[in-house]
This record gives sequence, structure tokens and C-alpha cells, in this order.
Amino acid sequence: MNKFKENLVGWAFISPWVIGFLIFTAFPFLQSIYLSFTRYDIISAPQWVGLANYRMLLFEDELFWKSAAVTIRYAIISVPLLVVAGVALAILLNNEVKGIAIYRTIFYLPSIVPTVASSVVFLWILNPTTGLVNNVLRTMGIQGPAWLNDPTWAFYSLIMMSVWHVGGSMVIYLAGLKDIPAYLYEAATIDGARPWQKLRHVTIPMMTPVIFFNLVMGVIGAFQYFTQAYVMTPNGGPQDSTLFYSLYLFRRAWKYLDMGYASAMAWVLFLVIVVMTAAVFRTQKKWVHYGG
Amino acid sequence: MINLRPKQAVTLQKLTIHIVLLILCLPAMLPLLWMVSTSFKGTDQLYGSSAASGFTFASLIPRPLNLENYPEAMRTVPFALYLRNTVALCIVTVVAAVVSSAFVAYGFARIEFKGKNTMFLLMISTMALPGQVTMIPVFALIRALGWYGTYLPMIVPACFGSAFYIFLLTQFFKTLPQEMSEAARVDGATEWTIFTRLVLPLSKSALATCALFQFMGTWNDFFGPLMYINDPAKYTLAYGLQQFLSLHGGKWAPLMAASTIFTLPIIVLFFLAQRTFIQGIATTGGKS
Repeated sequence: MNKFKENLVGWAFISPWVIGFLIFTAFPFLQSIYLSFTRYDIISAPQWVGLANYRMLLFEDELFWKSAAVTIRYAIISVPLLVVAGVALAILLNNEVKGIAIYRTIFYLPSIVPTVASSVVFLWILNPTTGLVNNVLRTMGIQGPAWLNDPTWAFYSLIMMSVWHVGGSMVIYLAGLKDIPAYLYEAATIDGARPWQKLRHVTIPMMTPVIFFNLVMGVIGAFQYFTQAYVMTPNGGPQDSTLFYSLYLFRRAWKYLDMGYASAMAWVLFLVIVVMTAAVFRTQKKWVHYGG
Repeated sequence: MINLRPKQAVTLQKLTIHIVLLILCLPAMLPLLWMVSTSFKGTDQLYGSSAASGFTFASLIPRPLNLENYPEAMRTVPFALYLRNTVALCIVTVVAAVVSSAFVAYGFARIEFKGKNTMFLLMISTMALPGQVTMIPVFALIRALGWYGTYLPMIVPACFGSAFYIFLLTQFFKTLPQEMSEAARVDGATEWTIFTRLVLPLSKSALATCALFQFMGTWNDFFGPLMYINDPAKYTLAYGLQQFLSLHGGKWAPLMAASTIFTLPIIVLFFLAQRTFIQGIATTGGKS
């Protein structure tokens, strides 16, 4: 095949993606920059308002800051918690004991339960009087809180639910553990390393690329957290304690038809995600070990 | 120094692992067991005086066994219809997304052309773009096309390939021997022939992984129907369950029956395709 024809065939193969990208990503992406400087309600044409949306959300909108705080707090607590829980569980499940495959299945299953279903189930098990969680606590002599009805605990109810889904990342960590060459452990044993020293100097360093991957995906996901909050606390929870950024953005867009404002919010979110991801990438050199 | 452990210490260690795992199994499994058990319980057991008197394993057993919650859930909302809608939508999007993604991935993996690396990077970076940024213009576009209230907003984008599957398949296609394509080219085969006759048949496992992910994605998708479906006759299970919750929030036993109907097929699917599941997820995270 000559060079020209090869180029043509190559572009022909990727053309579906290129066309889809232009229609459903690139053009909407550019359009939303423009919309963020307008007042727009979908029905009538957008009206240019300059920086008014940005000025309002940064200086006049308390709920913008409130929802940003809820989301950042969620990212700061849930992302590291899930990394630690996921790695710990994977290490535990990497042992060769009888029935380990059954254990792995049990811990993995919650992560494939559809989000809407697990949200409905958690609403029920967190019921303050007849719920499973408070009944278990009652057996241990503890009076459980009102969970989703309580301004302090509603947020932690959602954290708890995210930990319940830890199986999804556990599987990735487990695959990472399986990739650690056995000779590293043999060498450590010969050097007289104790189990916790092997963990500290072999397992954890070798796992850092996988941890890094999960950290990046976790941060990106946490900032877009929506469905669980929408299903469980459609109004943002008691005292807006679970008014996540995306939930507030959705309310602005579809309840108030404030599409220009919502676009400005989306752009702020996008920039924050870019900055956060870049920040995580910058720390990479300090702690991520590639190719043992 | 070689550290040989006595046999007893190993047994003790294994026993400890079992105990820790068994304890952790409780919070992992109880919510799902509670869901199924609630779906078979009657009002007395759910809201009577015993319902708030602490947890025992006996409280997981429905007494008496109440089979009314399932028919009641089906009467309150047409779940059979939602199930049909969801399955149909899943089949269409799986075929559309897998076929188109494989086609695009072949271009990225097996053909050298100008601008390939740039386009590949661009494609990867779209995966990090939050949906909120494009949500409103895409909605306006869908509305202008007259697709609002139909399944097209969920089907059409899938026909252009999905970045995640394209990435996954590109990585897989690259592992197939290049000599195979060269030999076929010498024999006068076109790229289309090589793609359909050689590459696709050798990639069944990777294609199955993508099909599985897309199936789960559509089955679970809440945001798509929330944005684009307004006719209750077109609801999917995910959206229908949320609507059920917001309209009949207190009916916990039928709600748990509906949640079970919604969750069970995914769990069955998991047991049928366990290997595809675990391999797919592991390769996604570990090797990229």
C-alpha cells in the first residue's frame, strides 16, 4: 500500500470516532464556554451577559461554595479511605487459604449492584428505627443516629456507602499484587525481612502505579459524584449537607432552567478537575515506582 | 538467614485470616441479604414492635413468608415493561458500541497513518472530561434534532465508538502478530477483510469484555433516561426504580422486591461471565 492510501484507510477506520467526537464532544465543549457567558433557558436564544455568571457564583452564591465544600470534603475523605481499604482488602484476599475464591466473590459483588438499587437499599438499611444498621448497633447497645435525616451523619452515610463498593478497586489491586514477581519476596526473605517489612518495602512500592491509577480515577469520579446523592437526598439532604456540586449544578440547570449559570459551574468544575489531576500527576515522581 | 516457620504458626495465621475475612463478610453481604429478605416480609415483621429491637440472624428469615410484595411492585409500576425496555436498549447499545469501537480500534492498532498519535491522545483525554461540561449543549442539540423522549440520545452516541472500549481494544489488537496481517496483505487482502476475517475472530475475549461493560453501563444508566425520557411507558429499570422510590417512598417491601428484580440479572450475569469480568477489570486498571 502506498503512503497516501494508507493514510486514507487509517482515517477511514477512525472516522466514526472523529465524527462522534466533533458532534458530541468538541462542538458542545466549545459551545458551553460561550453559554457560560450568557443567560440561557434552552427555549429562547442565549443572551450575552459577560462575566455576570462567574461573578455571581464566586461572590454572591452561598450554595455554590457550600456545594463545593461538600464535594471537596467528600473527595478528601472518600478517595484515600477507598485506597487504604481497597489495598488492605486485596492484601488480605491475596492469601492462599481455603475458599479464598468465595471470599473474593463476596467482596466483589457489592460493586456490581446497580447504583440506583444500592441507593434504595441503603435508604432502607439506614432507616433510623427499623433499619438494619441501627438494629445492629442496638444489639451492641449503641443508639444509632438518624443517618440521612441528620445534618452531620447524612454525609457520612454516603461515605459509608462508597466504602461498601470497595470491591471494584480491590479487584484491580489484587491483579496488581499478582503481578509482583515472587523473587522479590524470596530475596527479602533471604535478607531476613519480617512480614511487615516486606509489606513496607516490597508490596507497597510495587503497588504504587496501581494506587496512582486508582487515585486519579477516584479524584475525577469524586468531583462528579451525582447519582447516589440524587437518589438518596434529591433535595440536598438536611441543611444542604449532601448538596454535592453536581447535584446543585443539576438543580440550577433543570429546576431553574438557568443553563448559562450551570455552564459556568461546569467550567469551574472542569478547571478544578484539570488542576487536581495535574497536581496528583506532579506528585507522581516522588512516590510512584515504575518497572521495579 | 532463612526464616522457616513452624507448621502451627502457619495454621494460626490462616485461622486469623479466616476470622478477619468472615467478620468483614458481614457488612459486605448483609445489605444484599437484607434487601432480599425484606422483599419477602410482611408488614408485621417490617414495622411491628420486633422490627426495632436489635439484630439477630433469625430476623433475616421472613416469618411468615410473604410472596405479595413482588406482584404489588409490578402493580404499582409496570416493571415487566421496564425490564423489556432495558433489555432491548442494552442489546442495541452493546452491538452499536462494540462494533463501532472495534472498527475504530483497528485503525489505531493496525494501520500507520499521519496524525494517529495525536488523535489517540485526544481520545484518551476525552475520558477525563466531566459530562457536566457537554451536558447542556448536547441536550440542546438532541432537542433540536427532535430526539427528546426517544432512546436515540442513548443509542446514537454509542454508534460512534466509546473512548474506553476503543482504548481497551486498541491495546488488545496490538498484541496480535503483525506478520499475520502482512501475509494477508501480500495475498491481496484488504484491511476490511483482515479486520473482519482475522482480527475480530481472534479478539473474542476482548470484545466480550467490552460487551459486558457496555451491558452493565446501559443496565445501570440513570443519567441518560433522567435527561431524555419523559414518557413513563419508556422508562428503564434504573429510572423506573428511582421514580418508584420518589412516588411511593414508604413501601419498603415492594421497593426491595423491585430492587431485587433489578439487581438479580446482573448478579446472575456475573456468575455466568466471571472470568470475563475479572480479567476485563484487572487489565483496565493494571496495565494502562
